[in-house]
Amino acid sequence: MSAPRMTAPALLVTLLAGILFGFGLSLSGMIQPEVVLSFLRFTDFGLMLVMGGAVCVTLLAFKTLPHLMQHPVLGGYFHRHVSLLNRDTLIGAALFGVGWGLSGVCPGPAIAAIGAGNTDVLWALAGIAMGALVQGLRAKP
Amino acid sequence: MIDLLTFFPNGWQHYLQGGLLIGAGVALLFAFTGLVGGMSTVFTSSWSFVFKHPFFQQVRFTESRVWRLVYALGLVAGALLWWTTMGQGATQQTTVPTWQLLIGGFFVGYGARLGNGCTSGHGICGLGSLQLPSLLAVLTFMATAFMTANLIARVLP
Repeated sequence: MSAPRMTAPALLVTLLAGILFGFGLSLSGMIQPEVVLSFLRFTDFGLMLVMGGAVCVTLLAFKTLPHLMQHPVLGGYFHRHVSLLNRDTLIGAALFGVGWGLSGVCPGPAIAAIGAGNTDVLWALAGIAMGALVQGLRAKP
Repeated sequence: MIDLLTFFPNGWQHYLQGGLLIGAGVALLFAFTGLVGGMSTVFTSSWSFVFKHPFFQQVRFTESRVWRLVYALGLVAGALLWWTTMGQGATQQTTVPTWQLLIGGFFVGYGARLGNGCTSGHGICGLGSLQLPSLLAVLTFMATAFMTANLIARVLP
């Protein structure tokens, strides 16, 4: 998803979008590994509502906006999320799930937890950064 | 009648509200800039600031690294806003052991980047684009996460 020219207004909107995302993650308890693990252990199904709510709004935006507007408000074009069905996608997802089930932390909450002063989660943040580094060094560009 | 408390012992409203806000963030970014904002890529694109290795210097990372980092900063700011208002600055900690956070985090980072997406990339943006590979990725990571979390709960009570 490249964005060759990020103007000041575009960066400001990006920051605001991140703020909404981070507030939502915090309000829904997703920045607490315990809440995520309680879903994975079937004692609290809240994560389904978080994901369901987020997917509904996203689906609405992704499907309707490109028909309502010729281009995004600040120019450029509407990008598309393209995912590929291949070995790496499935193996990567399987490994991701193992890590998620072990820690109760995924990338968004690992970043957001810093803002809520949860220093314990910094361990997970460091782990994710290391995992991404090793993946990049092992991959073929 | 099914008691909601069976499935949502801690209430359900804040979950739905939080999810809608997350969606609103992704929608706002898309409406104004056309960008699709999953979260795991920032962990790869940010390494491009440090390493000259050709993998990290791919255009898709170097061209997106600034907005992705700003988006991540927003995430921190949004959580700070929640913490200082609704969270009342209460100490946030986790009882999950450090080794589980670190090793689990490593698998999360490696897996999300190998599979090109995480809970927000495949889960929110991928499902929000009705992408079949993303649905299969979500079902796959949900399955291995359920197994791992329950196995750990049994082995380490």
